[in-house]
Formats: sequence, C-alpha cells, structure tokens
Amino acid sequence: MLANDRNLFRVFLITAAVFVSWIALLTRAAIEVPESNAAVNAAQRADGLAAWNQVYSVLTSPRCINCHTATNYPQQGDDRHRHFANVIRGAAGKGVPALNCVSCHQHTNADSTGVPGGPDWHLAPLSMRWQDMNDQPLSSAAVCRAVTDRSRNENMDGPALLKHHEEAALVLWAWNPGRRPDGTARTAPPLTHAEFVAATRRWVDAGTPCPKGR
Amino acid sequence: MATFQLTVNGQRKEVDVDASTPLLWVLREDLKMTGTKYGCGISACGACTVHVDGVATRSCVVPVSLIGNRPIVTIEGVAQDPMGRKVQDAWVEKDVVQCGYCQSGQIMSAVALLKANPKPTDQNIEESMGGNLCRCATYVRIREAIKSASQQLT
Amino acid sequence: MRAAIKLESDLQLTRRSFLRASAIATGGLLVSLYLDIPVSAQEGNQAPPAKVYPPDAFVHVRPDGKIVIQVNRLEFGQGVQTALPMILADELDADWSQVIAELAPAADVYKDPFFGIQMVGGSGSIAHSFKQYRELGAKTRAMLVAAAADRWHVTSDQCRTENSVVYGPGNRSARYADLAKDAAHKPVPDKVTLKNPPDFRLIGKPVKRLDSRPKCDGSQKFGLDLDLPKMKIAVVAHPPVFGGRVKSFDDKAARSLTGVREVFEIPLANGSGVAVVAEKFWPAKQARDLLKIDWDLSGVEHADSAELQARYKQLAGATGNVAVARGDEKALDRIPAARRIVAEYEFPYLAHTPMEPLNATVRFDGDEAEAWVPSQFQTMDQMTIAQVLGLKPDKVTFHTEFAGGGFGRRAVIDSHVPREAAVIAKRLRGTPVKLIWTREDDVRGGYYRPLHVHRVEIGIGPDGMPSAWRHVIVGQSLVAGTPFAAMMIKNGVDNTAVEGAADTSYQIPNFHVSAHHPTVNVPVLWWRSVGNTHTAFVMETLVDELATRARMDPIAYRHKLLKDDAKKLRSVLDLLDEKSAWRKRLPKGHAIGIAVHECFDTAVACAVDVSLENKRPKIHRATVAVNCGLAVNPLTVESQFQAGLGFGITQLMAKGAITLKDGRVEQRNFDGYTPPYIGDVPVTVDVHIVPSTEAPTGCGEPPVPVISPAVVNALAKLTGKRYRSLPLVSL
Repeated sequence: MLANDRNLFRVFLITAAVFVSWIALLTRAAIEVPESNAAVNAAQRADGLAAWNQVYSVLTSPRCINCHTATNYPQQGDDRHRHFANVIRGAAGKGVPALNCVSCHQHTNADSTGVPGGPDWHLAPLSMRWQDMNDQPLSSAAVCRAVTDRSRNENMDGPALLKHHEEAALVLWAWNPGRRPDGTARTAPPLTHAEFVAATRRWVDAGTPCPKGR
Repeated sequence: MATFQLTVNGQRKEVDVDASTPLLWVLREDLKMTGTKYGCGISACGACTVHVDGVATRSCVVPVSLIGNRPIVTIEGVAQDPMGRKVQDAWVEKDVVQCGYCQSGQIMSAVALLKANPKPTDQNIEESMGGNLCRCATYVRIREAIKSASQQLT
Repeated sequence: MRAAIKLESDLQLTRRSFLRASAIATGGLLVSLYLDIPVSAQEGNQAPPAKVYPPDAFVHVRPDGKIVIQVNRLEFGQGVQTALPMILADELDADWSQVIAELAPAADVYKDPFFGIQMVGGSGSIAHSFKQYRELGAKTRAMLVAAAADRWHVTSDQCRTENSVVYGPGNRSARYADLAKDAAHKPVPDKVTLKNPPDFRLIGKPVKRLDSRPKCDGSQKFGLDLDLPKMKIAVVAHPPVFGGRVKSFDDKAARSLTGVREVFEIPLANGSGVAVVAEKFWPAKQARDLLKIDWDLSGVEHADSAELQARYKQLAGATGNVAVARGDEKALDRIPAARRIVAEYEFPYLAHTPMEPLNATVRFDGDEAEAWVPSQFQTMDQMTIAQVLGLKPDKVTFHTEFAGGGFGRRAVIDSHVPREAAVIAKRLRGTPVKLIWTREDDVRGGYYRPLHVHRVEIGIGPDGMPSAWRHVIVGQSLVAGTPFAAMMIKNGVDNTAVEGAADTSYQIPNFHVSAHHPTVNVPVLWWRSVGNTHTAFVMETLVDELATRARMDPIAYRHKLLKDDAKKLRSVLDLLDEKSAWRKRLPKGHAIGIAVHECFDTAVACAVDVSLENKRPKIHRATVAVNCGLAVNPLTVESQFQAGLGFGITQLMAKGAITLKDGRVEQRNFDGYTPPYIGDVPVTVDVHIVPSTEAPTGCGEPPVPVISPAVVNALAKLTGKRYRSLPLVSL
C-alpha cells in the first residue's frame, strides 16, 4: 500500500509539474511580442544564420546526434556506429523492458566502466530526428526546421530553446561526456558550452532564422 | 575504499570496496553471490543482469557507488517473487539450459519483460531479450519458456 | 579430430583394466575401474589398495539409497552429465530420482575408451562411452542381484530388478541400499547380458537434465565461481602481437592500487607477459590497465588477414598435398568452359567465445598441487600443470569444473590457460590463484578456427551431374608441430582441414582434393565441428548451385548424387522431404534453402525459410532431420540441434569474423565480434530424429555445419547471388 501511495504521489507531482510548465508557456506566449521576420533586418538575419551554423555544428556532433536518430536504434562513438547489443528505441525512446537505456546508463557517467550517463538517459523523439534513415545527418535547413517547429519540438519557442540549451541536463552532458571504456576522454562538441549558448542566444535574438533549402 | 550499504534480495549488506567497482564484482566476490555472471564486462551479453529498483540492469558496468539506496534483486532471490518462480519453473519445464552460464541473466531479463508485459509477442520477446547472448544459442527454448510462463500468468 | 586423437591410446589399450567392487568406510557399494593391476591380484581379495588419488570409482550405491555416478567427461552444455548416468542407471535398474551425477576428476580410468585421453571432443561422449556405461550398470546390478539371491537362497535368475529394488520369489524384496554392503563382497562378473532395446526404461526416452534447476536458480558453480580460502585473482597482460615479449615494464601505478599483491613477468606458451595478482578481480584488472609495458615485437610475424587472403588465393591456384585423388585428373580440362564452375571461397578466423571466460585455479604446495579447471582435456591440462610445477601428474589433484560452454576452446594442446595459472601459482606457493582471462583476452587471444580459402573447379556432365571436381583447400594445420601431428597429418594433409570434402558421400567420378597448410603466427584450434565448418559450406553451396543449373529439386538432386551406401544421408533427406512440406507454400519474398551433411557419423539435413529484412537474412524457421543412431536422450538431441543450428549462424553474422591487421586482432569484445542473439536465429526449429537402434553417434558438432549453406542457398534464390565469402557483410 505504501508503495502505491508513493506512486500516486509521484504521478501527482509529475502532473502538477506538467501543468505548471504549460501555464508558464501560455503566460510567456501571451506576454512576449511575437517577432516577425519583417522586424528583423537583413544583417541581424545573416548574423543569426551564422550563429545557427555554429549551433548546427554542435547538434550534429556525435555527442548530440547519436541520440537524435531516425531509426529505431541509438548510435555510439565518434564514428556514430549503431549501438551494440541490439539496443532499440522503444515506444517512449527509453528502450524496452529488460533492455532499457537505464539498464546501463545511470544518472551520471560511470567512468570506471566507460558507460556515459545522465538524468533520465533516453533517445530524442522521432520528431526531433536529425538524421535520415541511412544514419546521415540532415541538412542544416532541415535540422533548423525541426528544431524550430513547435509542433515537433515540445512547443518550445526561441527563449525556451535557449533555456533548453543552457540548462537541460542531457544537453549539458555533452560537455561532460565522461571517459571511454579505454579510459580516454570522450570527445566534446566543437564549441564550448558557453560558446554554444552564446551562439544560440544570437540565433534566438535574430528570430531563429533557418537556412533556405531542403 | 569506501563503505556501501546495499539491499540485496531483501537483506541489508555492507561492503567496503573501491567506489569504482562494478556491482557485478561486489555481488560475486564480496557478497559471494556467484549466480550473477561475468560474460563480457561491457554490457554486451547480459549474463550479469540483476534488477535494480525493478529495472533489469547490467551489473558489470554499474559502479557500486551509483546504486544508492535502490534495492537489488539477483538470480538467487528472484524466486521470492511469484513471477520469478514461475519463470524459473518454466525454464526447467522446457529443459532450456545447456551450459547454463547465461541463464541467470536470461531469466532476470525474462522476469523484467513479463512484469512489464505479461503477454509478449514474438517481436516483444526478440526486442527485450535482444541483449542477452547465449553462446549455446538455446534461444528457441528460451522463447518457448517465456511463452509458457506468460500463459501461466492468466 | 575423430580419427585423430588416439595418441596415448595405443599405449592405453594394451593396459589391462578391470572392475573391482569394494565396501567403503562411509558404507555402500563402490564399483571402480582399475588399471595395470597384475592378474594374480584380482583373485581373492576384493579390497582395493588404500588410495586417495587418483580416484577410480564409477558407481557408488550409498546406504541412503542415493546412487552416485561419476561422469568421465566435462559437462559444458552437451548434456552428458545426464545422458551417461541415464545409460548406467538403465542397465542398473536404478531409481532415477535417486541418481546423483558428478564430474570425475582427472584420472587414467576416466579416459575416453576410444581416444585414450580424458577429453570431450569429436562428438564422442556418448558414442564412445555408451557400451562402457551400460556394462558398468549391468555389472553393478548383477552384484546386487547376487547378494540378494544369496540372502534368500535362490538363484540370480529367479530375481528381477526395478527402481533400485531386487525382487525375488515369494514376494521377497530388498532395496539396493540394503544389499550394497553384501554386494561389495561379490566378484564383479566378467560378462553380463545387456538389455534388449525394448526393455530400456531411460535410454531413448526424453529425460530432463539433472543440472537444470541449479542452472536456473544461480546455485550451479562453474570454474569461474570457485572461491577458496585466501584465494587470489590473477590476470595477465598478453603481448599485442602473438609471440611478443616483454622488454620492460613500469608497474608503479599498478602497484599503488589497494588490493594488488604482485606484478611480475611470466613466460607464456608463446612469448611472455605480465601477471598481476590481487585480492579481487577489479583491482587486478584495473592494475593491468595501468601497466606501462614496452613490448619487443621484433622477430615475430605480424599476421594480416588481408595479406593472408591474397597469399592463400595464390596458393589455391596450384594443387597442394593430395588428400584424395580419384579418377582422371585431366578429365576436368576436357570439359567445355560453358559446363564448368570455378568458385573461390573465403572464410575468416573465428573465435569460440564460450560464455564463461577462460579460467583455471591452481594451488602449489611444494610436493603436490591441486587444480580446478573447466577443461575438455583434463589429463593433458594436468600433465602441463605438473610439468610447470616439476611434479608427477598424479601429484596434481585435478578437479573438473562445470564449464560455461567451450566448443573446443577448452581442449587446447598447449594447455596455455592452466599453464599460465600454474606459472603464477608456483610463485605464490601455498596460495590458491584463480587466473581469469577477460573477454578481451579471449577475443584477442588466438586459438581461432583458421582462416581458409577454397578453390573449386567443377566440370558438369551432359546429365547435369558433376563429372570432375578439383578442390584446393588452403589453411593452417591445427596440429602441425604438436604430438597430434603424427596421427592426424597424412601425406602432408591435416585431416581436420579436408574432412567433410575429401570424404564426401557424393559420387563424383573424377574427384581430387588437395591442401596447402601455410605456417602463420596465429594460434589455431578446433572450433565446434572443425573442418566441417567450411568444407560443408563449400560442398553444399556448390551442390545446390549444380542442382539449380540442372533445374532439379535440391533434395532429388542430392539423392541422385549420393553413393548407394550413404544410408544415413538418404534417411535424413527422406525424412526432411516428408517434414518440410511447408517449403512448397512459402509466403511471398521468402525462399527455401537446403543443406545436408554427415560428420562424426551423424547425418543431418536442414531446410530453412529465409527472407530479406534490412538487407540481412531473416531466418524464420528451420526443419532438421537427424540420424544419430539410437538417440539416448531425444530431449537433449533435440536441444543440441535446435541450439547448435544457432551456433552455426555465428558464421553468417555481419560481425562474425576475427580479423588481424599488422599482427593485431581488430576485435576486442562482443561489440566487435558478435555472435547471434535471439533475433538472429529462427523462431522455430523442428527436429525430427530417424528412428534407429544402431549404435549412438555424435550430436554435439553435427548441428553446426548445415545451417550456413542452407541459408546462403536460400539467399541465392532471393538475390540471384552466390555468396562465397564469409562473414556475410553485405548482401
């Protein structure tokens, strides 16, 4: 009974948290003045696009893109090979019973065994895939469209995206990716986290412009 | 060296080990519970599978320092759970084992699967058991035993 | 391996051996096998000489009713720990529920009656010990009956037995346990009448394994699970190139870890390495990772898979040492090119990777030693340990530990794992040392199925049947330079490289098989089903290609090509034909593949249903027909074939290869060398056994060879391509 009560309480907390964030989003949407492309001058747009290219270089680095696949499996390693041992996505991006992401990936890196970890280790949803079915990274334009499409990105606007890049635990993990099984340090993304956040801010400030094309 | 309090199969245990030691070796060498097996050390074979807070976990890659106060169930204790006992019985009934070395891990995975999904399809079985290697390749009977245990759950 | 390992047998078979019964201190009847006792000693006094080691017991009828049967083999999955006791218990009319099976330690009496060394291999466990265990059971029974007959003043033939009870005239009965003491004073009969097959109570019946429950609740101890007081754990840093030697090493960081006891250089079977001894595995492994070793790799060959393949292909262009030469060698050249097939095959090195990593535990006490090893070669491993320690073999008490698989990997001629353990134990005198080979050590440690190239030229007659066949096989010999060479290499041909091709039952009038055995600096070893792993693939894919060209049904074509006296092969083809009716109504996108092969005197036919999924073969089902003579335990035979087929799929896996580059093995663990998981094997494998009362033959290895050619034959139908290179990297 006790366990059940605890579970109920957990469900209540989660529900409450979701509700609060939803209210927060609504409030923010109401307060902020919607930015129109017209309001952004060409120079700012060009700067924003340059900033986006920096952001894109991070998103498509192995530490990020390995869990933003289009297939039913994550990747691993700097060569982005398919995850070993038949690890698959599962319905919620968390693997399947008996072969969950958290069967190995704990809340933090396990450097003595070389298994990376972070809170709630999981795959990005398919709506946030940044690769094609042949495991090739999508174009800058396509990734940008996916990232800015609020019907696909859990309804994040520019500031929310910035906050995500600044604070989300699994994003932060990319700059603290731990050690490989052989003891060497795992490669970090091409920018520092501060540079990544700064680039995101410039891009967001410019109105999250996306490159044209496919 | 550091002291860790673990709850294994419902019993409190205290071990004094290096914090980096994988749970597998703490179970096998410090607690003398050798039913959990070393097969690869990189979580590629599943022979070391135990349940940590109900989640099938590859104990060979999880340092003991990351367990915290989550309860651990191993093959030695899984029969305390009616589901665990049913799966073990199905394994014996279907005469699954050959060398038997991987079967602790297979059974721990099967129990985790059936707890989450009492009526698994062939595809569910392939996916959930997909990380447990059996070098004898007793997979046909593993599948039969899981289905047999599943049928007895109704 | 079969004809092969008789090395000590010529000596052994000339030695006298006989059974002896005795009462022992703890009570009951002990039936033992003695060797080399003078004839005069066997008269009269039945008391055995006081002897602790080596042991000699086979059956112990205990006062508590339990019947303990010694199994003269390693149990590593094949089910012999159940099947041999079944055989003995059947003739003994023992109560099966009271039977306890134990793995016998190393001793002369437990040698394979055919091979002459104590071993598991050549699929001979049942085939070679069937008669031995029946006679042991029947003779033990005869003594118990004689004791009862004496007690009741009746004759033995007035008594019958059932479930560990002797029944006599007038409702008299006595339990074996109560007769055991008297029976111990009865002479062991020279001759006994064995049961007629219809009287078998256990043999031929599906009997569940005795080791099932302990293997499902974690209580079964394997070699790696051994725990002894004061035991230390050792790991060894092996050279990155086979045969390399330690030039110097820095162990400062390694020694600083808590729990590390000793770090020292040791000689290896090939080269040298650095041993780390610690209180537990984790500090030992971590310390090894911290060693800075400067290796001397000069003067050792840096083998390279790509280079070997190129060199082997060149060699395959010329005839090698002749394995078989039948008919006219020039016949092929007279057949027009349009009716010829030229096929070149490539096979990689393969690791066995049994689930339980290799290990051996040794304690050296100065004038004696004790060893615990999951071993397929007990007496040879014992001899090696004794040599290292400067002892006589019988001073090394050698316990056979349950093994988590083996597939040949624990039958090593140079006993390199027990050798390393003994070298380390010698230095730690008085302390038991458990040596663990990590999975990485195992994957990179050699003793692989050798890399092979085959080149076959076939000339087809006007009737669509092969009239000339010229076959060159290139690969390392498994036994060259070892004591086995004398028995196994004939005319420069290692039989293990050509078995399955040279001895084919297909009737081809002009048939020539030859072999080259290059010397390469990579240790090689028999891998479950040995030469048949590659020869059956070549033979069965080519015969299938011939059948397709002849537009004939693959089963009918094989029937036509087989020799008249290939009875077992014909029987399995017929049974397969009958049981695989499903093959005539396959779903769209599916194809059938057939293969048939005989090895270790067992014939196997296999049909598989295959489709393409994500550019890989998806094997939906397999039907298998088997003729293994009398199936002692049909439940185990079925299991061996269901699962052995899966083991054979190792060859088809995209990552089913060990490759070397510049002397270094490129794979480290199961992420790089990946055997089949559950999704890689068929959902159903239905096994059909040809009813037979002929002598039982092997079931451990025969399941392996048929599956790969069967699958590839199906793929050929789906893609139009003939796959002659393994592993199947891309389709």
